Amino acid sequence: MTFEPKIVGFLCNWCSYTGADLAGTSRIQYSPNVRVIRVMCTARIDPTFVVKALQDGADGVLICGCHPGDCHYSEGNYKLMRRYPLLKRLLTAYGIDDARVQLEWVSASEGRRFGDVVDLMTQRIRELGPSRVSAALATDAAER
Amino acid sequence: MSEKLQIAKYWGAGCGGCDVSLLDTNEFILDIAAAADIRLWPIAVDGKYSDLEAMEDGELDVSLYNGAVRNSENEHIAKLLRQKSKIMVAYGSCAHLGGIPGLANFATRDEIMDRAYLHNPSLQSGSKVVPQPITEVDAGELTIPSFYRRVYKLDDVVDVDYYLPGCPPAPAQVKAVVLTLVAALTAGAEAPQKGAVVGASDVAVCEDCPRTRDEKRISKFYRPWQIIQDFDRCLLEQGIPCAGVATRSGCGVRCPNTGMPCRGCYGPLPNVVDQGAKFVSALASIIDSKDPEEIDRIIADIPDVGGLAYRFGLPASLLERRVER
Repeated sequence: MTFEPKIVGFLCNWCSYTGADLAGTSRIQYSPNVRVIRVMCTARIDPTFVVKALQDGADGVLICGCHPGDCHYSEGNYKLMRRYPLLKRLLTAYGIDDARVQLEWVSASEGRRFGDVVDLMTQRIRELGPSRVSAALATDAAER
Repeated sequence: MSEKLQIAKYWGAGCGGCDVSLLDTNEFILDIAAAADIRLWPIAVDGKYSDLEAMEDGELDVSLYNGAVRNSENEHIAKLLRQKSKIMVAYGSCAHLGGIPGLANFATRDEIMDRAYLHNPSLQSGSKVVPQPITEVDAGELTIPSFYRRVYKLDDVVDVDYYLPGCPPAPAQVKAVVLTLVAALTAGAEAPQKGAVVGASDVAVCEDCPRTRDEKRISKFYRPWQIIQDFDRCLLEQGIPCAGVATRSGCGVRCPNTGMPCRGCYGPLPNVVDQGAKFVSALASIIDSKDPEEIDRIIADIPDVGGLAYRFGLPASLLERRVER
């Protein structure tokens, strides 16, 4: 069976979710691998959400928000901009390839770009292969 | 049986600091000895595993288990104590969350064995002696406990009634918890709800911290020895990563009061599932920059993000251990 990456996407309500919506209404073809979760702002994305997604079997996590300077709440996306590199280092400590988590800025008018971002992310995760997180945790329960 | 309470205290993978913390209750330990028979406490009193095995189920009133579960002996005794005890208490950070020994979950068993027994500057070069669970000798077979692939917290292997956090638990809290349990067992007082974290509060360390807090905006992280700190001001505001924001209070703010940042030993706040992720989130949010490259430079001053975030709770985190590579 070919590996189909499962990617969880956290999209901000004001730019990226609208951008994804535009990709749909514009009939843009892109990989169907991202499961989108809408959040009001990327600042709402607690690193716990990303870790939880990986624990529950996601092969990748895609975070999309308004371009810097364009946040609906002025500065929300900067909060994520600061959390993102620290979160990546946390995941590296866990031995998880940090490319499994990606941050991209996508505006409400960038439907085409959203499709490209998803295609690229899916391709990248396909190359990395399935995440071994769930399997590792299952092994621990079975074998000391 | 006698009227006295029957208690046991055991150490799994721990340092012995928890055992000392019980003694740190000073003369109160005499009250414990007067009110209770200490049936097993390897570090302090006599009492053999065989005595434990000979007990009736439920014969012990309280078992205080400190230390994490690193090997088969730790798990075996945890299960025996659970079987023989009415109340099982995870005592201290290691039993509660995995503790310092839990940091070993960032490495594999093979890496640990290699580092400890094969490639270590303090070893005689060429040493190839690695402990084996079973060794054949002329007289027969010798066994030692088997070293697990990873570290577990106590409730990964047995049912736990109460969690008493801290590395080690603060003596005043130990005393209060012991008195609560004695009152529940002997005088019919209401016991804490099963599964409760006892001997701690439900707010963050910051709530009890006497340092003054203002706006948190930092442009550099420092390790405690890299900066002459202002003892009256929040450590985070001075760029010293302090886990107080993401840690349950009840310790008496021991570390910040002595000039050291909180390391998070009392564990996550109620309803927080992953203490390290919360701590990292808080640390990132105080960085005063909107430039990705500058942000990268600022966080580069934190040498070990994983170890900092999960100093006492890696086995209790969502991912529990290093999972790949």
